[in-house]
Amino acid sequence: MTTLTDPPQESFRPSMLLNDTRYRSYTFQFIALIVLISIIAYLGYNLVLNLRAAGLNISYEFLGEPAGYDINQTLVEYTSRSSHLTAAIVGILNTLLVAFLACATATIFGVIAGVLRLSNNWLVRKLMAGYVEAFRNVPVLIWIIIIFTIMTAVLPAPRAFRGEDADASMILGSIAFTNRGVYVPMPIWGPGSMVVVVTFILSIVGVFAYRAYAKKLLFDTGKLLPMGWPSLAILFVPSILMFFIMGQPISLDYPELGGFNFSGGLQIGAPLIALWFALSIYTGAFIAENVRAGILAVSKGQTEAAASLGLRPRRIMNLVILPQALRVIIPPLISQYLNITKNSSLAIAVGYADITATLGGITLNQTGRAIECVLLLMLFYLLISLGISAVMNVYNNAVRLKER
Amino acid sequence: MKKSVFLGALTVAGLTAGAAAAATLDDVKARGTLNCGVTTGLVGFAAPDSNGNWDGFDVGVCRAVAAAVLGDPQAVEFVPTTGKTRFTALASGEIDMLARNTTWTFSRDVDLKFEFVGVNYYDGQGFMVPKELGVSSAKDLDGATVCIQTGTTTELNLADYFRKNSMNYEPVPIETNAEAQQQYLAGACDVYTTDASGLAATRAAFEDPSAHVLLPEIVSKEPLGPLVRHGDNEWGDVVRWTLNALIAAEELGVTSANIADMASAAGDSPEINRLLGTEGNLGEMLGLEADWAVKAISAGGNYGELFEKNIGETTPIGLARGLNAQWTDGGLLYSPPFR
Repeated sequence: MTTLTDPPQESFRPSMLLNDTRYRSYTFQFIALIVLISIIAYLGYNLVLNLRAAGLNISYEFLGEPAGYDINQTLVEYTSRSSHLTAAIVGILNTLLVAFLACATATIFGVIAGVLRLSNNWLVRKLMAGYVEAFRNVPVLIWIIIIFTIMTAVLPAPRAFRGEDADASMILGSIAFTNRGVYVPMPIWGPGSMVVVVTFILSIVGVFAYRAYAKKLLFDTGKLLPMGWPSLAILFVPSILMFFIMGQPISLDYPELGGFNFSGGLQIGAPLIALWFALSIYTGAFIAENVRAGILAVSKGQTEAAASLGLRPRRIMNLVILPQALRVIIPPLISQYLNITKNSSLAIAVGYADITATLGGITLNQTGRAIECVLLLMLFYLLISLGISAVMNVYNNAVRLKER
Repeated sequence: MKKSVFLGALTVAGLTAGAAAAATLDDVKARGTLNCGVTTGLVGFAAPDSNGNWDGFDVGVCRAVAAAVLGDPQAVEFVPTTGKTRFTALASGEIDMLARNTTWTFSRDVDLKFEFVGVNYYDGQGFMVPKELGVSSAKDLDGATVCIQTGTTTELNLADYFRKNSMNYEPVPIETNAEAQQQYLAGACDVYTTDASGLAATRAAFEDPSAHVLLPEIVSKEPLGPLVRHGDNEWGDVVRWTLNALIAAEELGVTSANIADMASAAGDSPEINRLLGTEGNLGEMLGLEADWAVKAISAGGNYGELFEKNIGETTPIGLARGLNAQWTDGGLLYSPPFR
């Protein structure tokens, strides 16, 4: 007679922590964790000890004190009497501004270059390959400085615009390209201008509505409505009509040469342009490679199938290839956006007042609070990077392959 | 010390601040060289010559200290620092002393925990503009674009001056003097502002110095001097009294030409004897050789000789002694007595 018994239950012995593969990895991870924590604790303890020995302490009180310095580009109210905290906020906004602008243009450059790299035209293909290789293989700091130096050396100084037969003149009488930046007319929003703005926003909604209707009509009945000129008409005609109905509430403030500089109008500073452009073309080269990889990842059969249905090459790209390629393109694109944001910290090389230049540069220097400032900087970049990742991940989830 | 060596690799924004607190004198002697922080290049004050040897007025102070401590004015490791990096470099122990036309201010002395050992140049902030702008006073600078070295006291003085006079300006922050020079010459800014001595030195390096004028206004007090870390008083004393020895030597008529004679035997003047170590034991009190001051003065001459050779009226920089004359000549230089 046989009896079925459970295999003897092995009781846990400490030696199993090393000998048993089930537990061994946990043991080593635990040891590694302890070592890591002790190293960090040692560094922190050493920091506290050294600070005490030097008679210093960690304090954020300096953030409330007047900064005392001026900043050349401020998106919010700021004077030299504002606090260091305000200076930091000015820096944060400047960082976000250049990061946003550079992300947008880098994406445009990248998509165009990536698609053209796969062109059948030999010259276009090679030109784009040249662009990608030239820009992604030279450090971005060099590009920032090159572009800034070219701007300051080639463009005329504001004083060249002075006099009867000046060396330089404004384009269309309203836009001045100088080595300190580009001066463009600035709209002045008079009373009633909001009505025009609201009309314009409604027009944008209207364009999308018209396009959705046209698409539905096409799918339902096969009737093809014209897309181009009705969209343009819907976009502009109501706003222009409303502009005149409300009595031209929006006027333009033209830049004028007065004293040392142009006054009036809107100044887009040379540092911003140099940084924005350099970050865009540099990162655009990386994005181009992502786009190319994404397109090549879509099976050739898709192109052939679409072609056999009679779609034109441009439609194949826009309707069949790119939507599928996005799945491959988006994840590396997120990290390129993060790179742009972090690379914008090179701003001080051209005198752009980003967060690294204000909080991590001048404030740090004038107050001597290095540890506090650097901790704040790290926190800011961490938060902003996580924020960008979160937003882009939401988008990634929207475009990824839906599995049903 | 071990801690600071270990952390050296991990220095994250002054993580090691203040680790190398005491006994800098012993460190320097053991190392055999003096680590001296200077500018990244300002002709006349500190700049490498065509052979790569550092030369200048601030460099002279470094060499005098090296001569006093190590007996060799060449035993200096020059560490170029920017306005931003200088204090971190000193606080972390990367350099033993900083001689980089640095303004003595309350907060740097008290809050940043440094010790200014004296003043080697009494300066003030000035403005330089191209002559063709036709500006004759700083009061006419409303609306100008101003190039400024970031991380300096001039940045704050500039903001105060324009605010006080209700004028506007657009600052262009620049990291180093060389970049500022390039921006200014390209016309990216109308005005360059920094210490008047620095402006004179910068202008001297231009292709056509006569096309640029220094405006008459001096908008701040900028006493420039060497500094060391707080808390190491012995080392502070060495640097302070080396500087004083250079100043006292000029007052007492001791020059690099006659010092060998004067130091060979005790003379008639007791103060010169004490300074040169032929009488008393001042050197021993500092922890140095008896002839420490002889070596310091022989290194590049006394204060007046250093001034004339590097930035004086016979040089392209052409600065007058002005406030930097001896107190006996109506200036502010006044060394405490060697006794």
